[in-house]
Amino acid sequence: MSQLVAVKNLHVTFATKGGEVRAVRGVDLTVERGEFVAIVGESGSGKSVTVRTLVGLPGPGARVKATRLELAGQDVRGHRPRDWRRIRGRLAGLVLQDALVSLDPLRTVGAEIAEVLATHDIVNRWERAGRTIHLLDQVHVPEPERRSRQYPHQLSGGLRQRALIASAIAGEPALLIADEPTTALDVTVQAQILSLLAERRAAGQSLLLVSHDLAVVGQIADRILVMRDGQVVEQGPADRLLRAPNHPYTRQLLDAVPSASSRGRRLSTPARRGPGRTVVVRVQATLPARQPVRAGDPVLSVAGLTKRYGEHTVVRNVSFTIARGETLGLVGESGSGKSTLARIVAGLLPPDAGDVTFERTPWSAAVERRRRPLRRRLQVISQDPMSSFDPRYTVGQLIAENLDPGLTRAARVDDVTALLRRVGLEPHLRDRHPRSLSGGQRQRVAIARAVAPRPTLIVCDEPVSALDVSVQAQVLDLLADLRAADGTALLFISHDLGVVHHLADRVLVMKDGEIVEDGPVGDVFTYPRHDYTRSLLDALPDLVTDGRP
Amino acid sequence: MRQPRLRAVTRRLGTGLVVLWAATSAAYLALLAAPGDTVDAIVGDGADTPQIRAEIITEWALDRPAAVQYLDYLRRLAEGDLGRSYLLQRPVAEVIGEQLTATLTLAVTAAGLGVLLAIALATATAGHRRPWLRRASSGLELVLVSTPTFLIGIVLLTVFSFRLGLFPVAGDQGVAALVLPAVTLALPIAGLLAQILRDALDRALDEPFVLTARSRGTRESAVLLRHALRHALLPTITLAGWLFGTLLGGAVIVEQVFGRPGLGQVTLAAVTGKDMPVVLAVVTLSAAVYVVVNTAADLAYLLVDPRLRRS
Repeated sequence: MSQLVAVKNLHVTFATKGGEVRAVRGVDLTVERGEFVAIVGESGSGKSVTVRTLVGLPGPGARVKATRLELAGQDVRGHRPRDWRRIRGRLAGLVLQDALVSLDPLRTVGAEIAEVLATHDIVNRWERAGRTIHLLDQVHVPEPERRSRQYPHQLSGGLRQRALIASAIAGEPALLIADEPTTALDVTVQAQILSLLAERRAAGQSLLLVSHDLAVVGQIADRILVMRDGQVVEQGPADRLLRAPNHPYTRQLLDAVPSASSRGRRLSTPARRGPGRTVVVRVQATLPARQPVRAGDPVLSVAGLTKRYGEHTVVRNVSFTIARGETLGLVGESGSGKSTLARIVAGLLPPDAGDVTFERTPWSAAVERRRRPLRRRLQVISQDPMSSFDPRYTVGQLIAENLDPGLTRAARVDDVTALLRRVGLEPHLRDRHPRSLSGGQRQRVAIARAVAPRPTLIVCDEPVSALDVSVQAQVLDLLADLRAADGTALLFISHDLGVVHHLADRVLVMKDGEIVEDGPVGDVFTYPRHDYTRSLLDALPDLVTDGRP
Repeated sequence: MRQPRLRAVTRRLGTGLVVLWAATSAAYLALLAAPGDTVDAIVGDGADTPQIRAEIITEWALDRPAAVQYLDYLRRLAEGDLGRSYLLQRPVAEVIGEQLTATLTLAVTAAGLGVLLAIALATATAGHRRPWLRRASSGLELVLVSTPTFLIGIVLLTVFSFRLGLFPVAGDQGVAALVLPAVTLALPIAGLLAQILRDALDRALDEPFVLTARSRGTRESAVLLRHALRHALLPTITLAGWLFGTLLGGAVIVEQVFGRPGLGQVTLAAVTGKDMPVVLAVVTLSAAVYVVVNTAADLAYLLVDPRLRRS
């Protein structure tokens, strides 16, 4: 029996108050021993439910049906909780996204790993501590003795994810299932975790990786399945699928990935749905022409900015300018000081030293009363718009709040309608609350709110990091359209170099609070001068497809 | 690393002292403003002549200004001297000391019982496993929380003492006499805590780390007790600390119903007789218990949640 996983015609439905939700509809899936299979799809495509069903944890209220559901030759249909417990952790280990919440925050990582050893009686009581340390060592956690006694919040994101992987392989399972294992991580850390997964496969384990990011899985998987609406739309060897995708949806996903080669091109394809009837028309639509950047006319200039928290210097002597209509990218890993810099620029945090000048007026040094009239011209879009919305406001109220207060009621209503249309939302959404919207819709509301007072500068702090690749594509296209129409300057902060390369004119690379490199985005990313920029670029997963340089 | 922790402890103790002082002073003011004369209270039912009154005033130094008497009281309190009872003519420390053990035994037993019952109820009914048991349990909890303590006491007495004769009706002889009063006090606590705890358990069971724990093959009972319960205890600890404070008040009623000696009897007599030193001492004692219990709750937080320990 070489097939580790054999699934035929899998259906998973959830009974909810609104009726039945068919999350998985007739999926076939096989994983050979030693094979690395990846499932790619957007949120809601049923990819997570599919793999969790393999360990009997599809979620509360789920009904599972399949003509074949086998793990290592064992028919698991009709398994009772007891039978599943023998499989979980022993035959199949599960690694989830973001170990900060996937590891119990009240227990040491050592205790979490030892739990597997105890549950399946892998080693006896006296050898558990030693085996735990050995496992941490195996996933390249430095100082494993000390780390095993620490709590998840004391470890960095990368180390936490390693510890989570250590707990998943503690029971020596033949299959390791990883559900978006790198989504919350920086590119360099992501690269390390991916190479760790590749190492597991080299050690003889089979892997089943779930991701929304084709570039990530393309690097390491043998075979890729593309899922959409609970069905597999295409599958094949990774090479073939990325170079010559057969299904238009796969094509669409590939086109949505922002990169150097996508500059000036639209990332999103207009949705044309209908099973089997989608016409394969690849319109490589170009973005609208922009007004020229006025290099001699700065909207914002920053000189010698420094910010300290206690003894820790978060931003160190940072200087730059943004010209009218220019898009300046700011890249760096978490903890590099990007967000602190953004808050100082937005006038939400006073710097310890240095000056920010906005529209040729003192900005950081001015008192709030003087700053207020200018605030309308500098807007902010954040990663999680929900946290910046008053939950009791409707979409219409949220947008109207940022309009000119002198407007009449009727003009206000008209403006909100026009803004909603402008960001691609139906005007009837005005009465909805943001919590009832999807992530992409919420970010559109945040954008409508930001462009409402016709700002000259928008500070975008990781505006697309929490979005699926195709939603991200739509939001980036929207930002590009608005920028072209209004001539708005953008300070675009992202940890994703591809996004910045796609959108920005110039880029600043930030490390430990300092700007280590800056210049036109093409120059910096093609001929990086600083080692750190080089390491960021090396960590970037390459998406090799046809028609792309 | 040690230094900030030491400072935190010092600050806590300081706050505690301020609370004690505020509670005592408020009670002092209230008693001062209450109708009736201190001399009347000391005279009580005894002989009442101008001469005796004069003697009392000299003996208790009641002729000094109120502010001086107040400061003198605070000074003696700081030295640990609670004064003498007007009615019983004995040191207050002695009067309260005799009764304190009985009340504390009752309160601690009731608190322990309440917490254990709540944990048992909540862990048995959390999650999606047994919906019928869950409904029955939350119904029962609602009844327990909304029934007055004395009624619970009377019902328990009727059934277990008069009908079944399992436990004594009154008194404090032995463990058997403790059972019904403790259960009476524990039941409403258990009801309230169980509701909070189950809510918190449900929330914890939805967390990703529970999914991870299940994916390791961990038994459901271990998932509940080893992972979810610790998270659920966090919100419960604060409430439990507050509840223990109210237990002292609840004990007064229960001691009456079950004819038990204790602070309840003493307090009641002191309030009706305007026995100022005893009432003040009881108030100060209750405040002290609140401070101690809440400090203990904060320490328990540190024990349960490593994220609160600053490294």
